[in-house]
Amino acid sequence: MSKTREILLSPIFTNNPIALQILGVCSALAVTSSLNVTIVMCIALTVVTAFSNFFIALIRNQVPSSIRIIVQMIIIASLVIVVDQVLKAYAYEVSKQLSVFVGLIITNCIVMGRAEAFAMQNPPIPSFFDGIGNGLGYSVVLLFVATVRELTGSGSLFGFEILPLVTNGGWYYSNGLMLLPPSAFFVIGGFIWLLRNSKIDQVEPVEYKLASHTK
Amino acid sequence: MSNSKDSVSRTVLVALVLCVVCSVIVSAAAVGLRDKQVANALNEKKMNILAAAGIEMVDGDLEAAFATITPKLVDMRTGQFSTDHDAATYDMRKAAKDPAQARALTGDQDIASIRKQSLYSTVYLVEGEQGIERIILPVHGYGLWSTLYGFIALEGDLNTVVGLGFYEHAETPGLGGEVDNPKWKALWPGKKVYAQGSNVPAIGLIKGNAPAGDLHKIDGLAGATLTSNGVTNLVKFWLGENGFAPFLTKLKAGEA
Repeated sequence: MSKTREILLSPIFTNNPIALQILGVCSALAVTSSLNVTIVMCIALTVVTAFSNFFIALIRNQVPSSIRIIVQMIIIASLVIVVDQVLKAYAYEVSKQLSVFVGLIITNCIVMGRAEAFAMQNPPIPSFFDGIGNGLGYSVVLLFVATVRELTGSGSLFGFEILPLVTNGGWYYSNGLMLLPPSAFFVIGGFIWLLRNSKIDQVEPVEYKLASHTK
Repeated sequence: MSNSKDSVSRTVLVALVLCVVCSVIVSAAAVGLRDKQVANALNEKKMNILAAAGIEMVDGDLEAAFATITPKLVDMRTGQFSTDHDAATYDMRKAAKDPAQARALTGDQDIASIRKQSLYSTVYLVEGEQGIERIILPVHGYGLWSTLYGFIALEGDLNTVVGLGFYEHAETPGLGGEVDNPKWKALWPGKKVYAQGSNVPAIGLIKGNAPAGDLHKIDGLAGATLTSNGVTNLVKFWLGENGFAPFLTKLKAGEA
């Protein structure tokens, strides 16, 4: 596996930012109740992560270490504002549903984490691919969560009816819990469990031991 | 090497250059895309008005469909048409926040929990050969979690409902959020707002199913009592004495 391919592909399953590092979970809860919105959010985050990594790597040798976090934040914040403006102009409906969550990409730990952990030590091109890779890792989890939530919560995928709802004369009673943010916790938990079943090395060592029952 | 990079003057310089570059990029994006964003917001409003009025777009041609609709400004104090502001651009929400352009509602007036009401409202008329065919009125009020914003459209008799639609709310999905359900919205057309000879709105939601043939009652939303109450309240408020009732009375008499 070449270096670039590894940078690009390893964050998807082997080093997934959400499933392994448990970063960026907040937006995974908020924007996954329908697939359309989720896809736009994934694209937005991938673009921001890739370009912020690229620009930060570009000036990494010029940045004084005392203000490096601020410099990273400025670059990330500017990119997020640009993305938000573009969405409002070209994908108005979706941007309304995403509302504050596009702005909150600024505080997404994945973006900041990759800038600090990768882009500050690596040249621009690999950093760019690292950003794309981590964006894809984030997207895989979000799309999984959104598929489960939209299907069980609204009986549809991408807004098309798959399971006819009782309220529309069908047979499927929608699960209202799946439309509320907490349900994403269960689904993400399920995803991590599935992932760690196939990649056993991701299972963390037990930090405690159950005491034996009293005799 | 690292000494020069971390010196104070260098730090200030890097910060300054970066800020200038980033602010130029951000401003360019904001200014360059503003026209398109404003157009989007306007289009969306037009689509909501059309949806409430039950007017179909032909081949998705929004402008052609909207050409049949005339926005008009109504002075809520007198219940008459007004030309104090441009009806097409008057922003009710902005005006409601400005003490000079709004009136505060007392507790017993404010059944829709909106606290402040703008002095003017934009209404939309669909005019035909025999005068007004349809009228579309803006409504808003508090549900369970959020303020619901929408439009209610009436027939030319200013009493029969054509449709009701909300374009902004944050009610519970699957419960209060069912205000967007087409099946529930289909219950509204044909209902009468006022009973014969009265100008107090009789229309409203009731718990469970409305009796068949009832002219004023609509099925409540299952599992969403507070949203249902909110919808009843906002319809009663906006079609009542502090809402559009004086205007509708005058319009019917030809005095608006």
